[in-house]
Amino acid sequence: MEILVILVPLALALGSAGLIAFLWSLRSGQYDDLDGAAWRAFADDEPPQQAPTSASASSQS
Amino acid sequence: MQVTRDFSHYVRTAGEGLQHIDLAVEGVHCAGCMAKIERGLSAIPDVTLARVNLTDRRVALEWKAGTLDPGRFIDRLEELGYKAYPFETESAEATEVAESRFLLRCLGVAAFATMNVMMLSIPVWSGNVSDMLPEQRDFFHWLSALIALPAAAYAGQPFFRSAWRALAAKTTNMDVPISIGVILALGISVVETIHHAEHAYFDAAIMLLTFLLVGRFLDQNMRRRTRAVAGNLAALKAETAAKFVGPDEISHVPVAAIHPGDIVLLRPGERCAVDGTVIEGRSEIDQSLITGETLYVTAEQGTPVYAGSMNISGTLRVRVSAASEATLLAEITRLLDNALQARSRYMRLADRASRLYAPVVHATALLTILGWVIAGAGWHDAIVTGVAVLIITCPCALGLAIPTVQTVASGAMFKAGVLLNAGDAIERLAEADHVIFDKTGTLTLPDLEVMNAADIPADIFALAGRLALSSHHPVAAAVAQAAGAKSPIVGAVEESGQGVRATVDGVELRLGRPPFCGAETLVGGATLDPEASIVAFSKGNEKFILSVRQGLRPDAQAVITALKARNIGVEILSGDREPAVKAAAHALGIPEWRAGVTPADKIARIEELKRRGAKVLMVGDGMNDAPSLAAAHVSMSPISAAHLSQATADLVFLGRPLAPVVAAIDSARKALHLMRQNLWLAIGYNVLAVPVAISGVVTPLIAAAAMSGSSILVMLNSLRARSASREMA
Repeated sequence: MEILVILVPLALALGSAGLIAFLWSLRSGQYDDLDGAAWRAFADDEPPQQAPTSASASSQS
Repeated sequence: MQVTRDFSHYVRTAGEGLQHIDLAVEGVHCAGCMAKIERGLSAIPDVTLARVNLTDRRVALEWKAGTLDPGRFIDRLEELGYKAYPFETESAEATEVAESRFLLRCLGVAAFATMNVMMLSIPVWSGNVSDMLPEQRDFFHWLSALIALPAAAYAGQPFFRSAWRALAAKTTNMDVPISIGVILALGISVVETIHHAEHAYFDAAIMLLTFLLVGRFLDQNMRRRTRAVAGNLAALKAETAAKFVGPDEISHVPVAAIHPGDIVLLRPGERCAVDGTVIEGRSEIDQSLITGETLYVTAEQGTPVYAGSMNISGTLRVRVSAASEATLLAEITRLLDNALQARSRYMRLADRASRLYAPVVHATALLTILGWVIAGAGWHDAIVTGVAVLIITCPCALGLAIPTVQTVASGAMFKAGVLLNAGDAIERLAEADHVIFDKTGTLTLPDLEVMNAADIPADIFALAGRLALSSHHPVAAAVAQAAGAKSPIVGAVEESGQGVRATVDGVELRLGRPPFCGAETLVGGATLDPEASIVAFSKGNEKFILSVRQGLRPDAQAVITALKARNIGVEILSGDREPAVKAAAHALGIPEWRAGVTPADKIARIEELKRRGAKVLMVGDGMNDAPSLAAAHVSMSPISAAHLSQATADLVFLGRPLAPVVAAIDSARKALHLMRQNLWLAIGYNVLAVPVAISGVVTPLIAAAAMSGSSILVMLNSLRARSASREMA
């Protein structure tokens, strides 16, 4: 039964990792458009997105 | 005259020298549209973000501050084939998004805890019947407590807060028994764990929270989505006005940025977005959306005009007396408020169920404890059994029964072109047994149609259509549309208030008022519809008369028949003149109709029907219908309706056909049936499980199985509401 000392923390760690991943994905807005996300999987290529905002800000100044 | 567009009202600063605007886009429905729009907009230099949200049908755009005019995005989208409108998030919508996210976060935490506590519980359950050492069991129980207690403290917040608010206000709601159940179950589990007992209820308590959060999230999400779509509808109606910013300079600004005292320009063919008084110009105004009257009224200096009326022939300058939300006749607002108050007394099915539920459950638990004490059991055993009863009767199936069906049914209706404005609209629509239709814009199409196109030689009609393209007049637009005209005639001249003329191959063509075309004599001879507008077309000496009016919706007849087949009473109440209403009623075979009805009369008729026990569905689009829409048991509006009516109606349907009315009734009836079935399923489970719990033999395993079993069954049953969309499609 000593194996529990390893397995129980391991299981909890995996579970927490899942929870943290979920909270992160929620925070980054990945559940905001579920209909769109379903279709995006079929898109051939993502259009160019997200020009680095910090770089654009510094080039402006 | 210089014209500019001003969208500054909608632009937000997004930090780091970026600006942000949200656009509501019409006609986005697939991956192709998404990629096309995103690629097309990203190609504009200095755009840093262009992302389509398919759920809400919106585009979020960010660009370097000060480099671009937002109007350019709208032009670009138009080039791509989409109509877009700037869009402002209402604060209510923002709150709902935040609340929805919070619920999802709580759900995540609760689901994580449930899975892990279950993982620890199963060894305990199987260990209890075999060879588990008490120390190991205690270790597992403590570990469960370590996970479940903080998780419940976080994930239970939506329920605890609401229960606390209710108690502070000295009332009770569904969340009070939930909170008591969860807290008692956790408390007794800790006590049991300290006393090295065989059973603890951490798993049951946290699972209860998980299932309840699923129901709460679905409920919330449906309302959030509805509000998002309703917000788009408001934006898609493109309510902008041409405001004078200088003596000779106008700017197109959103109605929200217009204030009383401003002066706006109203051109022919434009719908007025504000209330005001004409200060210059002369024209005819179509007030059918406001009064239901299809004949035009003359507007000149001093005439009041109301939002929703269409300017027909001349250009007007209007001094604004009320704008934005205040554009209503005082009487309509007053009637509306009264009607809405009356309706708020409607009790939702879930509320009615939970009102019965809480006392029954608490009484059962209390009686169980007392019963066991009287029967000679110790206080400890009696209380444990009492808590087991509380847990097993947990209202999770009850909490899921309504929201799951609502979510699935609203999704099905959404696909069929019906949008829900109110959460309980499905329940009320299912009960409707009498339908009152408004005529103008509801049974008839809001656009004009040429009624006698078949009587005119095709080549002449095509020529008239091409000439009509040069005019802004709505009647001309109807002629152009009916003729399928694509290319205007070069050199056509519009004479304000008269018509259009042009010369082709030395022959003069004229389209407009009969005198303008020299065709007065023809009008008298023609036996034409009393409500039609007459325009004449002349080609040299050949003269023709066109009769233009609002046609009936293409499937109005079929819909009336379908309603009668469902034993639903049908009648027409219209503010329009008697001959017009009579003609429509006769064409559709509706014996009950009334014409020239005022908003107060409409409400009186609805009240009369209510007293007779009828549940009235009101279908209307005009501003004069808004109070009766609110007074009826349930109401629907077409998408072309006046802003106010649309906001008041419980359901809004899209497109030209009237069929969504029947489809929505069918779908709502099916959904209500499923809701009732779900409630009975939940009650049935409790009837089976409660005696087991009272008898004191319940283990956490039985409690967990009964609870999750009933919840899953209810959810699966709700999915049957999906088939409604297939029947409609």
